[in-house]
Amino acid sequence: MLWYTGKRLLQMIPVFFGATFLIYFMVFSLPGDPIAALYGDRPVSPGVIAQIRAEYNLDKPLIQQYLLYIGGFFQGDLGTTFSGRPVSEVMASAFPITARLAMLALFFEASAGILVGLVAGLRKGKLFDASALVVSLLLISVPTFVIGFVLQFVFGVQLGIFRTTVSGAAPLDELILPALVLASVSFAYIVRLTRASVSDNLGADFVRTATAKGLSRPRVVTVHVLRNSLVPVVTFLGVDIGSLMVGAIVTEGIFNINGVGGTVYDAIQLGEGPTVVSFIAVMVVIFVVANLFVDLLYAALDPRIRYAK
Amino acid sequence: MTRLVTQSIPTISVDDSSPLLQIRDLEVGFTTQYGVVPAVRGVSLTLYAGQTLAIVGESGSGKTTTAQAIINLLAGTGRVTAGQILFQGRDLTALTATEMQGVRGSQIGYVPQDPMSNLNPVWNIGFQVEEAIKANSDLRGKALRARTVEVLQEAGLSDAEDRLKQYPHQFSGGMRQRVLIGIGLSSRPKLLIADEPTSALDVTVQRQILDHLGTLTRDYGTSVLFITHDLGLAAERAEQLVVMYKGKIVESGPSQQILANPKHPYTQRLVAAAPSLASKRIQAKKHDEAADIYSSGGTDTALIDRAAIREELAPSGDLITVQGVSKMYRIRTKGLKYTELLAVNDVSFGIKKGTTSAIVGESGSGKSTVAKLILQLESLTSGSIAFDGTDVAGLKGKELLKFRRRVQPVFQDPYGSLDPQYNVGNTIAEPLLAHNIGSRRERQARVLELLDQVSLPAATQFRYPSELSGGQRQRIAIARALALKPDVLVLDEAVSALDVLVQGQILNLLTELQTELELTYLFITHDLAVVRLVADNVCVMQKGRIVEAASTDDVFDNPQQAYTQELLAAIPGGDFEFGR
Repeated sequence: MLWYTGKRLLQMIPVFFGATFLIYFMVFSLPGDPIAALYGDRPVSPGVIAQIRAEYNLDKPLIQQYLLYIGGFFQGDLGTTFSGRPVSEVMASAFPITARLAMLALFFEASAGILVGLVAGLRKGKLFDASALVVSLLLISVPTFVIGFVLQFVFGVQLGIFRTTVSGAAPLDELILPALVLASVSFAYIVRLTRASVSDNLGADFVRTATAKGLSRPRVVTVHVLRNSLVPVVTFLGVDIGSLMVGAIVTEGIFNINGVGGTVYDAIQLGEGPTVVSFIAVMVVIFVVANLFVDLLYAALDPRIRYAK
Repeated sequence: MTRLVTQSIPTISVDDSSPLLQIRDLEVGFTTQYGVVPAVRGVSLTLYAGQTLAIVGESGSGKTTTAQAIINLLAGTGRVTAGQILFQGRDLTALTATEMQGVRGSQIGYVPQDPMSNLNPVWNIGFQVEEAIKANSDLRGKALRARTVEVLQEAGLSDAEDRLKQYPHQFSGGMRQRVLIGIGLSSRPKLLIADEPTSALDVTVQRQILDHLGTLTRDYGTSVLFITHDLGLAAERAEQLVVMYKGKIVESGPSQQILANPKHPYTQRLVAAAPSLASKRIQAKKHDEAADIYSSGGTDTALIDRAAIREELAPSGDLITVQGVSKMYRIRTKGLKYTELLAVNDVSFGIKKGTTSAIVGESGSGKSTVAKLILQLESLTSGSIAFDGTDVAGLKGKELLKFRRRVQPVFQDPYGSLDPQYNVGNTIAEPLLAHNIGSRRERQARVLELLDQVSLPAATQFRYPSELSGGQRQRIAIARALALKPDVLVLDEAVSALDVLVQGQILNLLTELQTELELTYLFITHDLAVVRLVADNVCVMQKGRIVEAASTDDVFDNPQQAYTQELLAAIPGGDFEFGR
């Protein structure tokens, strides 16, 4: 197990450098000169431009720029935005909000999704199963912003249970409604995944053997069906942690949340290299760590992977 | 005439007054979109305390369904539609789910068929045994653990204590079956249902396990309901026999009597086709050609005739020469360390053109590796393999393709080796397409010719594997192998997954094709009975080495090595002589 974890950690190194370099390269080959764009139509002396370029290391070759940047990254210096604000400060305000939103959404989709999927799988072909399938199909096919606006209107405006927009500090209770919207599509996938997996495992030989041992139905379902069924669901959740953490531009937009998604979007619009690359570097780390976590959980759930040669 | 292995006869006296299990007019149906399909149609049987009863039949005969109906483990939409199952006078079909839960495990134990799929892969062995004991007793804590170890030791796992924390995939098939037997008997049930408990295992392991099961059930006075497709095994292990065919009982009574003198035509066919019995008869026929005592054995007569022709035809000189071949695998154990496994160790033999050679051994003996080496699917570690005078080890590109055209494989699992998305015609034509042979029209004609050779109707070409039976699929696999007009077929357990009757048909087909097309066969099998039916020469492999190599008659009549003798002795029902 230690060897397995160590191997996975070593694999993270090339992924980190590869991904950050690619992003760095792509941001700097975006069309348009960010410095010129800063000044809009106003005339600007070439000397000033050269000075700014030197300040941001834009006058050096790409590979050197990248190395300088990565060197700073490991010393905790993520550079500054064009407005002079340290990128680390921008991150410190955006990431906690997104993290809270993501964790809340993850909690909703995992708990409700697995529960509904389990019941649907156990009652395959019955009314509950059929309704679960219809609802999940609906959630998958309707765009997120439609779900968002509808929930915002019904619960926020008509019933007045939740605030329609989230305040700057984004406390947990205000994030409930956005988290539900953010979780909706993944919830639908988890329901379907769990249902298929449960109904597969119900027919497994070892489940019949467990019943033949004289075990009660609830025990057979929780011990022998559910644990085996969770392996694919956990894989999905792991990938989903990554995508939730990198922010949700649409949901953040609807509920006016100052999270990662919106910040990165703005930074790309402005061509702010250090901001974009720094955010994405952190996202890559989150993705890789989430995947490592999933692999470890996977191994914990299935001993065959743990002992794989 | 009839001899029975004495140790397997339960000695407990039969209490005629009250049967332990009595099934009356049982009917089981599966609900489909076209209505209820009956699987068991009016089955009645009686089992007394301490008795062993075997239900014999081919797959689809309803034998497993009958057994599963007893403890209500019917798969999917299966339902008891009529009849009674009286267990100690109580009708099991009328029990509620909770009441049935009290019967399962504690009153009626169950040992399932496939040890590979019947243990949950994600829980350790100790946990799975422990939960069975826990469900049926008040034992907890240390006492529970002690009992778990005891149960496993009784089932024949001497190092149980150290292996409790291990997972099913770390156990061999035989070990897993022992665990399942332990679980089935853990609460000392009055009745044990054993559904093909050893059909997935090697003969020697099968023998050990059945002996052990016999001892345990005799000691505890447990009645056993055996479900099996193997007549020899049924005769050896059970005193009462019930033969099922298409959901009905066609014959029942004392097992030796039925097998020595089968009355129903189906039972007669079953007895005639059982290879362990039929192989004896081929031999008798060969030794005493004048005495035509087996007039009904159409299959056997045909086989014998062809064997004789084949022997005459066989020319001298080897088509395939295997010389000092070894194969080493490197297996990673921990971290970066490797151990080396010598799967095949200095093996030499020759195969003459037009003959059938067999390599026999248990799983892990290296027999399949030899097949892969000959097929050039694995590379040699040392030694050489010559085919028709040329060394095949260094073949590349066109030469290799040419070799592959001449040596074709047929594999064990007819369900796994055919692509479910390809119809039969495309499947058979695929090798032709891969080697770029013929026009579309010519390939089409060849497909029809091949279907005819394997005795399938031309319309089969439009069907898909899922619509065909196991035997039909294996015919298609053979047709595909024959498509390129090869000289050699390497048949890796090609009939092992089939029922006896179907197995007989396929073996018959193979011998027919051999004379017709002058084919050379290499059979890889664990089944000595099959070897006796078709092979001219046998190599017995154990732990990577050939321990005995001789003509089939010599190996069977006069085995030189202790290991060969052990293999022969382990054939179920091998001690029996049957009439028609």
